[in-house]
Amino acid sequence: MAERLIEVDGLKVQFATEDGIVHAVDGVDFELSRGEVLGIVGESGSGKSVTAMTLLGLTRDRNTRFEGEVRYKGRNVLAMNEDELQEVRGNEMSMIFQDPMTSLNPVYSVGAQICEAIQVHERADKRTARRRAIDLLKQVGIPNADSRVDNYPHEFSGGMRQRAMIAMALACNPDVLIADEPTTALDVTIQAQIIELIDRLKDEFNSAVILITHDLGVVAEIADEILVMYAGRVVERAKTRDLFYDPQMPYTWGLLGSIPRLDRPRQERLHSIKGTPPSLIRAPTGCKFRPRCPHAFDKCMDEPPLENRVETPGHLDRCWLSVAEKRQLREATLSGEEEAA
Amino acid sequence: MIAFVIRRLIGALLVLIAVSFITYLIFVKIPGGDPAFRIAGRTATAQNIEDIRQKLKLDAPFYEQYWAMMKSLFSGSLVSYSSQLNVVDQIKAGIPATFSLCIGAAIIWLFFGILVGIISAVTAGRWSDRVITVLALIGISLPVFWLGLMARYFFAQGHPFAFMPDGGYVPFTANPWQWFTHLLMPWWVLAVLFIGFYGRVLRSNILDTINEDYVRTAKAKGLAYKRVMVKHVLRNSLIPIVTLFGLDFAAVIGGSAILTETVFDLKGVGWYAAQAVQDLDLPPIMGVTIYATFFIVLFSVVVDLTYAWLDPRIRPT
Repeated sequence: MAERLIEVDGLKVQFATEDGIVHAVDGVDFELSRGEVLGIVGESGSGKSVTAMTLLGLTRDRNTRFEGEVRYKGRNVLAMNEDELQEVRGNEMSMIFQDPMTSLNPVYSVGAQICEAIQVHERADKRTARRRAIDLLKQVGIPNADSRVDNYPHEFSGGMRQRAMIAMALACNPDVLIADEPTTALDVTIQAQIIELIDRLKDEFNSAVILITHDLGVVAEIADEILVMYAGRVVERAKTRDLFYDPQMPYTWGLLGSIPRLDRPRQERLHSIKGTPPSLIRAPTGCKFRPRCPHAFDKCMDEPPLENRVETPGHLDRCWLSVAEKRQLREATLSGEEEAA
Repeated sequence: MIAFVIRRLIGALLVLIAVSFITYLIFVKIPGGDPAFRIAGRTATAQNIEDIRQKLKLDAPFYEQYWAMMKSLFSGSLVSYSSQLNVVDQIKAGIPATFSLCIGAAIIWLFFGILVGIISAVTAGRWSDRVITVLALIGISLPVFWLGLMARYFFAQGHPFAFMPDGGYVPFTANPWQWFTHLLMPWWVLAVLFIGFYGRVLRSNILDTINEDYVRTAKAKGLAYKRVMVKHVLRNSLIPIVTLFGLDFAAVIGGSAILTETVFDLKGVGWYAAQAVQDLDLPPIMGVTIYATFFIVLFSVVVDLTYAWLDPRIRPT
């Protein structure tokens, strides 16, 4: 079995704000081994980005409270001091962000920013770092990397900036690459290229990847396992194949149903999940998805635990409906009949 | 790049011409601004006034007069209507005092403005930030003439201290130490307003920049807090301060330190301008206006070039 890199155990992240305590992440568990790709999927505000940033200690603040553990190779990241964290960041775990337009500092050249990432963790003189930066840019597919290395971010296109971000993230050959919505701000054609690039580099650099997105289509290609998050919790967790062919949670159906498809009869309107994500300050009692769920019943006033309910081991969900009921209702949702009814 | 500079310099020349022309026009239209009346004095006869008119060619169309005045100004032969002193010489005589005052004050306000801004941004919301905010607002609100007089009263006139010289200017070449002590109070009085203002501006710039995505990227790379703050946050937050500083410095050099110069009896360019305006004495007013416009225009070009150097996004290609 591949080396276990990350174990997240009962992670809770709370932000104290003037309006009350925001339960941004409310009990998340997962593991990640070398070579794996874990997809974390959910709407805005589901806690997926906070989870990812917490892995790097980027959510630390006077007003933040943590519970549970995040272990990187057995060491608890939440308990590390700033110096230890800085050693981990960029070196062992690194991160790519959503908007490549704003994630690079406009006043330094792309090369300088990559060199900075190299030199903060390794004893490399300027020339070595620069050569490494050029190599990295070549690896992520920047043409004329030798001269492009001195360009400023505004001279790069969006896709190239995201490639540069990836080059920077891989500069110190990290074990874990966390990609937070890496394709959301890009053109569709570029999206596929970036996802392919991440998939290829994962093998070349022998890393594990956490891919965060609100778009199931993006993770379908490369993820081994998928966590579906809602209101700060994991509501379904399964191998990618199982999640797409046998989704158990009505929320997941909603996500799947909102992908436009050509292989089904054309619908009048694209399916959408009704309502808005719940307040993370005063979350609804019972199942957090209950207020928006068309299939909610009495039992949903108690919160269902995340457990294995189908035949496939390792496929977990939080829904009280029986597996048979789910499969029946699901067909209706996904084919869009429910919309018409 | 060279084309950019040339374009800016041509623009600067046009601004100079426009400003001088408008100033002239305003003066001609001011009631009681007729120079002949003022030069002739209270007991003048109509013939006296007419003679002066003839002599100064005040009957010529105003654009001819304007042209004649600009010619004599740039050839250095323009004299004041009231004192008959050469305008260019007078401005030159005021420059050492004005430059000493402005450069010293600028160093103080830039240094302390940035320091105050950084401290209050880093401790935002805590007591030190609150204290600085209150002090900055007081500093911005204090009028120079009041603050200057208070400083003189308390530190120079014996209530209770008298260890500072009470106004006046000593040239650096005559006695550097006296030069320094005479300027110490004016420097601070002039700088206080700017310290408060720059501190506030920088504080909000830093707080905005801290939330930028690229700062998060810098942290995620594993950079230490100090390096993130200096190389990524401060570097970007200081860019707008450069603009402010360039224009403010040009303004005080150009004579807008009038109040400080007057309160502390520093016979600089601002003081000279104040005298000329009191007398409605056109030639010095024109001279000082051109002098001030020159510095404003010059420094805005310098600011643009510095800006392009600091921010690659606006570099002309």
